[in-house]
Amino acid sequence: MTAFLVVLVLILFGVAIWQMGKIFQLSKGKADNTSEIANDKDNNANGWLMLMFVFFIYVLTIVCFVKWSDVLLPQSASAHGLETDQLWLISMVIIFIVGIITQWLLHYFAFKYRGRKTQRATFYADNDKLEFIWTIIPVIVLAGLIIYGLFTWTDIMNVDTEDDPLVVELYAQQFKWNARYAGDDNVLGEANVRLIEGANILGVDTSDPNAQDDIVVNELHLPKGRKVLFKMRSQDVLHSAYMPHFRAQMNCVPGMITQFSFTPTITTEKMRSNPDMVEKVKHINDIRAKKSEVLLAKGEEALEPYEFDYLLLCNKICGNSHYNMQMKIVVEDEDAFNAWLKEQKTLVQALEQ
Amino acid sequence: MSAHAHDLAMDHHEDHGHHHKETFITKYIFSQDHKMISKQYLFTGLIMGFIGIAMSILFRLQLAWPDHQFSIYEVFLGKWGAEGVMDPNIYLALVTIHGTIMVFFVLTAGLSGTFSNLLIPLQCGARDMASGFLNMISYWLFFLSSVIMVISLFVEAGPASAGWTIYPPLSALPQAIPGSGAGMTLWLVSMAIFIASSLLGALNYIVTVLNLRTKGMSMTRLPLTIWAFFITAVIGVVSFPVLLSAALLLIMDRSFGTSFFLSDIYIAGEVLHNQGGSPVLFEHLFWFLGHPEVYIVLLPALGITSEIIATNSRKPIFGYRAMVASILAIAFLSTIVWGHHMFVSGMNPFLGSVFTFTTLLIAIPSAVKAFNYITTLWKGNLQLNPAMLFSIGLVSTFITGGLTGIILGDSALDINVHDTYFVVAHFHLVMGISALYGLFAGVYHWFPKMFEGKMMNKNMGYVHFWVTAIGAYGVFFPMHFIGMAGLPRRYYTNTAFPYFDDLTNVNVVITIFAIIAAAAQLVFLFNFIYSIFYGKKGPKNPWGSNTLEWTAEVKHIHGNWDGPIPHVHRWAYDYSKLNKDGSDYVIAGQDYIPQTVPIQENEEEMHH
Repeated sequence: MTAFLVVLVLILFGVAIWQMGKIFQLSKGKADNTSEIANDKDNNANGWLMLMFVFFIYVLTIVCFVKWSDVLLPQSASAHGLETDQLWLISMVIIFIVGIITQWLLHYFAFKYRGRKTQRATFYADNDKLEFIWTIIPVIVLAGLIIYGLFTWTDIMNVDTEDDPLVVELYAQQFKWNARYAGDDNVLGEANVRLIEGANILGVDTSDPNAQDDIVVNELHLPKGRKVLFKMRSQDVLHSAYMPHFRAQMNCVPGMITQFSFTPTITTEKMRSNPDMVEKVKHINDIRAKKSEVLLAKGEEALEPYEFDYLLLCNKICGNSHYNMQMKIVVEDEDAFNAWLKEQKTLVQALEQ
Repeated sequence: MSAHAHDLAMDHHEDHGHHHKETFITKYIFSQDHKMISKQYLFTGLIMGFIGIAMSILFRLQLAWPDHQFSIYEVFLGKWGAEGVMDPNIYLALVTIHGTIMVFFVLTAGLSGTFSNLLIPLQCGARDMASGFLNMISYWLFFLSSVIMVISLFVEAGPASAGWTIYPPLSALPQAIPGSGAGMTLWLVSMAIFIASSLLGALNYIVTVLNLRTKGMSMTRLPLTIWAFFITAVIGVVSFPVLLSAALLLIMDRSFGTSFFLSDIYIAGEVLHNQGGSPVLFEHLFWFLGHPEVYIVLLPALGITSEIIATNSRKPIFGYRAMVASILAIAFLSTIVWGHHMFVSGMNPFLGSVFTFTTLLIAIPSAVKAFNYITTLWKGNLQLNPAMLFSIGLVSTFITGGLTGIILGDSALDINVHDTYFVVAHFHLVMGISALYGLFAGVYHWFPKMFEGKMMNKNMGYVHFWVTAIGAYGVFFPMHFIGMAGLPRRYYTNTAFPYFDDLTNVNVVITIFAIIAAAAQLVFLFNFIYSIFYGKKGPKNPWGSNTLEWTAEVKHIHGNWDGPIPHVHRWAYDYSKLNKDGSDYVIAGQDYIPQTVPIQENEEEMHH
């Protein structure tokens, strides 16, 4: 892979050098050509380069897709994510069609109408009909995208409490995450940074009846098929709870509680056996194995083999360890989830110890 | 008002003899001449641009080879790069200052400052700006703010490092990140001065365009460059004060214990007293400038492109009125879309819907502009000068970057790519690279106007363009993929996540292209400096252009025209216009009709 990329880069670099050489060659021309204004020779050379450039863009696009489509996110592990991905696909198709056509026209015209001494440009200043057409087409296409997008957005953001979602607090601080489950009553106890003390790092009001069954953990477990309502808090600076596999993100803002909800649909186990994921993980482990060889040669420890897990990342710059603010997410069947939750101590129990 | 302008012109003309009494200081340093001020803006902008690009190469090296030790870090970063390992804090500082410098100092002041100053008086037909003195102050405030920004790089605790958007509380609390100490104070002071400079400049541009146009230069005969600079200045006046208020309130929060943006904070083992503020308020204030800022950067580049594409296509710009209308539409819409930076900030989701709607609307005038550029090329006689290549390149990156905006502007889709490299790729293409191309196009095109007839070397210009064009796509096209893979921006290294290990290759490719593209800028730099001293002299109107600046004296004189100011009789785009019977151009053998030429008997009059 790396070798291929190196070769690819070298080829592209070679093409660049070759083009540079060609330009120099073409531009040297006759000795009397001393003006810094483009002459027919320059126009011809650069016109051809314009045509080659549009192919460069196309080839770059194709190479990127062939080489790197396996790094993209796998299928969505949340219910609403399927909608998002569908909208994404439609938008992408439109973008690519428009992009391919307009780039072609732009560069092809630059090639086709490259200047010649004998050529006369057409005086063509206006055409209301033409302009109307290319105003109204974007209007229609965008109207469609806007309406589709707004319905999807409203579906995602409107939380219907009648679904009886599982309430979980995501608590951000420099540079770690904690999660608080609301317990049997499914209501989170009051909390405030002014109550942070000792092991009560979330500042939960332990005198609040709702807080008695709250459970604080540092690994997020979610039941498959049940809607989860996240309540986000931050104790210091802005953070952003980003869960790319679930197409979910919301900022954590000190001084306010933000929220986001989704329904996980694929367990961790099942995602690990997804063919795309198997391939991706194998690829990652190949890379890690190669890195390990280098490390072992230096007398350092080898990297551990990687196994897929869902992730919660921080996606808002929050300080020097921003790049390593993460929490593991485990999605499991509801029974397994309930069994796991039972094993956890409530906050009150943990504080008493 | 035009009478006043006329008086001024007369004054200038009559006391012509005084011009030679200028001293070195009044001519080259505290100059009130717009042409000199324009060059001062350009030089300062280029120096800042050099710093900004160098920074990007440093952090690109870190991203591509996070485990590798580069002694170059130690050379440039000192204690922050001890033993060739980059400190995470300085990484964040580098991306912060890179963003700040490129957006404000290079693409706002360097681009708009340079060409507004050079072209507004010359293309409107004025002796100088409405107020030369304010103009001088504007430049020197910009210079001062640049100096302060550069000084902030040498603060002991490090320069500002909360991202160029400086969201509090991170930017307000030195406990949260070392760069939020003296470094951030200097950043805020620098930006406050920058805003003052920008406002003085913008007011001057507006007044000059409105009041000092020569006889016959109606608004509908203005070249599109002037329309773009004019509207840019209006946007600046509307939105920059809001950033100033955000900066002032942040200074209050930092230094005087207020709570505009801070509430319920526990940091470094203690609870802060602040209560009731909201970081979301800061985000609103910041982006109320921040989004129009994108167009403050982009519109001048589009204006420059319009002029250069028309001139070098030897064709009128297609749909002049539509181009003006789309500038106005973009300017209006740009002030009501700021919320699309905040879809997941915690603001009410209904607001998200509104901002999605307005944001996607802005694609319409943008699309019209792109189509009009392409149609201008159609059936032209393209003179592929370096400036023309950069203009075509601008349209290309504007389309590519603009299209991904349709994804990011859609709130439902933004959720998953917000703050990832997908965004980084998008805005670099659509505003960063596009605006830089506009800057380069302008420099190549108007170099003879700036340096008394000298021209830049075209072959070096071609090399510069083609390597940059390949490099720019090579950097930012693959970058979309690591964004779609879910990689957040502003990560010092991705090695903390084995899940992202397979993105290392992509990062290596991006960095290699970035180094190639940066190297190409050295060609430009050499060409630029070399041509200032040894550039070949070209003809008075080298590109065969219609606009007024080419009728002004080649040698710089105060007042631009030695004789009376020329009058204007037509719009700026009569290229390749034929006479009534279609046998030849209106002026036989010449495919352009300068704006100063009266309507001829053998031509049909167009109404613009």
